[in-house]
Amino acid sequence: MNCPECDAGLAIPDDAEVAEIVSCPDCGADYEIAGRDGSDVKLKQAETVGEDWGE
Amino acid sequence: MTRLCIAFDRLRAEEKMLKSEAESLGCQALMLDAKTAVSSTDSAPGDVIPGGRCDVVLERCVSYFRGLHMTSLLESLDVRVINAYAVAAACGNKMMMTLRLRRAGVPTPKTHFALSAEAAESVMKGAGYPLVIKPVVGSWGRGVVPIRGPDTLAAILEARSVTDGPFDRIFYLQEVIRRSEDAEGRTRDIRVITVGGEPVSAMYRMSAGGGFRANLALGGDPVACKMTPEMAELASAASDAVGGGILGVDMMEREDGRLVVHEVNNTVEFKGISKVSERNIPEAMVQFAVDAARK
Repeated sequence: MNCPECDAGLAIPDDAEVAEIVSCPDCGADYEIAGRDGSDVKLKQAETVGEDWGE
Repeated sequence: MTRLCIAFDRLRAEEKMLKSEAESLGCQALMLDAKTAVSSTDSAPGDVIPGGRCDVVLERCVSYFRGLHMTSLLESLDVRVINAYAVAAACGNKMMMTLRLRRAGVPTPKTHFALSAEAAESVMKGAGYPLVIKPVVGSWGRGVVPIRGPDTLAAILEARSVTDGPFDRIFYLQEVIRRSEDAEGRTRDIRVITVGGEPVSAMYRMSAGGGFRANLALGGDPVACKMTPEMAELASAASDAVGGGILGVDMMEREDGRLVVHEVNNTVEFKGISKVSERNIPEAMVQFAVDAARK
């Protein structure tokens, strides 16, 4: 699967779960796994870091 | 079997570790993505919790306000949430947290509070430079800046007047704690994780690149730390001060060795400390939640 932003190859681990974040190694864009059915993975743009994010 | 729900908005290593430990301890782990939750005044717990019901929720949202509202929603449905709303609200705002530490007699850096730019300038004139300014809401060391002179103060006041968010008019100005440096010019602070008031594990966080902030999110390194009785006592006292639960208590060592607690974190991250800890931290957290659900 390729990065929707820059078309670089995205390596999605086999054990990656829905809601997990994957990052593009080339452009750094973050995607959230929106759904997966075996090897068919759906991505959506991950939320950007918010001002209230943290511990 | 305890039905333990993990409410999250970003599935990080920590949430996966908690899920794994919950299953290892014989719980049914239910994962609730807070971003997808919807509810109304007619909602029942089963409308929000995946699978219909649960015995306890570990609130793990990375967004403070999302987590706070999720906790409020769940508590209104009589669902037990760790940490409780009152604890999350106290820890998520540095001014509230510091006031609770002060009230409980927990040693904490001297901190000034000002509710306008003019009052902040007045504080600086009275206390003198340097002071550290910290956003009252925020984490990972963002916006934490030492104010060493009038130019820095003017720049910060101007920036805040431009953004003018609701918290930009609240000024939290703290004494600079003078700390020893290692051979590479690094300072350190101490993170103690408490679970139900018990200090479970401690680590040093070494500042990165000669900076004074030691947050792991900024590149700080976790280093194993043998917990001293003073660290343990202070961590428990800080936990009690904010209402208990699962917390990360941050301390600094003054040059004379005395400790001060400068922060208590609500949705504590533990991936870094787990690398240097002898304790199984997520197991302790899940066991605490299971015990709480039985009470």
